[in-house]
Amino acid sequence: MGGKRPSRTAAVDRLLRGDRRTLAKLITGAEAGSPEARQVLRAIYGRTGRATVVGFTGPLGVGKSSLINRTVNFLREKGLRVGVIAIDPSSPFTGGALLGDRVRLERREGDTGVFVRSMATRGHSGGVAQGTRDVIRLMEAFGMDVIIVETVGSGQSDVDIHDVAATRVVVLVPHLGDDVQSLKAGLFEIADVFAVNKSDLPGAMEAARHLKEMVTIIAPRNGWRPSVVESSAAAGEGIVELWKAVEDHQRFLREHHLDAKESGERRATEVSDLVRGHLQTVLRDLLEHDPEARKLMEEVADGRVDPYSGAERLVARISKTSVGAPR
Amino acid sequence: MPPQSGKKPASSRKHPIRVLIAKPGLDGHDRGAKVVARALRDSGMEVIYLGLRQTPEDIVEAAIEEDVDVIGLSLLSGAHMTLIPRVLKLLKERKATDIKVHAGGIIPDNDAARLRKMGVRTVFGPGSSLEEIIAAVEASARPAGSSH
Repeated sequence: MGGKRPSRTAAVDRLLRGDRRTLAKLITGAEAGSPEARQVLRAIYGRTGRATVVGFTGPLGVGKSSLINRTVNFLREKGLRVGVIAIDPSSPFTGGALLGDRVRLERREGDTGVFVRSMATRGHSGGVAQGTRDVIRLMEAFGMDVIIVETVGSGQSDVDIHDVAATRVVVLVPHLGDDVQSLKAGLFEIADVFAVNKSDLPGAMEAARHLKEMVTIIAPRNGWRPSVVESSAAAGEGIVELWKAVEDHQRFLREHHLDAKESGERRATEVSDLVRGHLQTVLRDLLEHDPEARKLMEEVADGRVDPYSGAERLVARISKTSVGAPR
Repeated sequence: MPPQSGKKPASSRKHPIRVLIAKPGLDGHDRGAKVVARALRDSGMEVIYLGLRQTPEDIVEAAIEEDVDVIGLSLLSGAHMTLIPRVLKLLKERKATDIKVHAGGIIPDNDAARLRKMGVRTVFGPGSSLEEIIAAVEASARPAGSSH
């Protein structure tokens, strides 16, 4: 892949050889922003970007995990190796999280062609966890052909999966609201594929019909009109159709040379996100360790300094201390 | 230049303790496991809940993929002397004995002592307080300065 490749560490070798513990440990490092993980990510970067990355998003309880479970088994039968990243929210109060998506995943015992990792959002909003992109790359370097990212049960504006996955499946169920809901900005705009899940429930056909109508009246994004499939994760129905819709979208991207364009845009967004993450770390460290910053925060807290001036002075303090080399 | 009293480098975010809670074997009583999972969550840990009827193989594979610090096993079926040693053996085979195992449920004292000898950190019986459980998990996950 051209360019200089940074020196390969032992961890990189073990990852490329498919060592499961190495992958797991590197994911932990990537989540925490450790320098070791960052070094490995730099080293493998040139090998990544070819896996099929599919995001599954949609509101709480629509059956994302169950649908992913069926999809994973379907892909395994086709001989594809699959990584799954299942994201659930961290508590804003304690930082703790209950990651429960594995409950839905049934795997053949001893199947090494699947690797599942649960991630907590750790204060990151937008529906995905910080470091999701890193985990995708690690899984790809490990040898996965398809990587599925399950977002948190999303609200209307949890659309960050757009910056992470090339194909976005928005999972819905019947009776989520009238068809005006589907014209609102946010979640509905990022869909490449709509899956109307729980298609065995009454109202599913109507919901699918509404969506099919809706996709004909909204302007297609880059020429792609989202497809609408009906599925039942419980009965295992509609999985073939769902995957065909994903493949159709991927083919569309390639044929219209949008894959390079869109992945380029995602990389540009990633750089801003990395810088933002770095600044957040700097800010947090400053607030934890810098006496002057802490004193300022106290003054804001007891009303001696207004929040606007507080923020300005803190920004000035950050540029003075360390915008230094990103880690 | 790092912030003034920079004893910690401005790099790594803190990594919460990760715990896998699972029920090996065939009994269907998951209330205890859920209460414990919730309590650990509320104490700031990331809890991967695996649920009912898991084989030791499932549990160890999940623990490795999730890179947990601790596995908590809940058993009320009486099969603890078969299933728990099997989890320990698999952890050894996968060179993952750094993952600490705690158990809870209906486990007679004699068996509890044998399990502890085999490497189970703590065996919690009925009446154990959530505070005890949280403290034991924390202590086993964070032996002085072992952040990864």
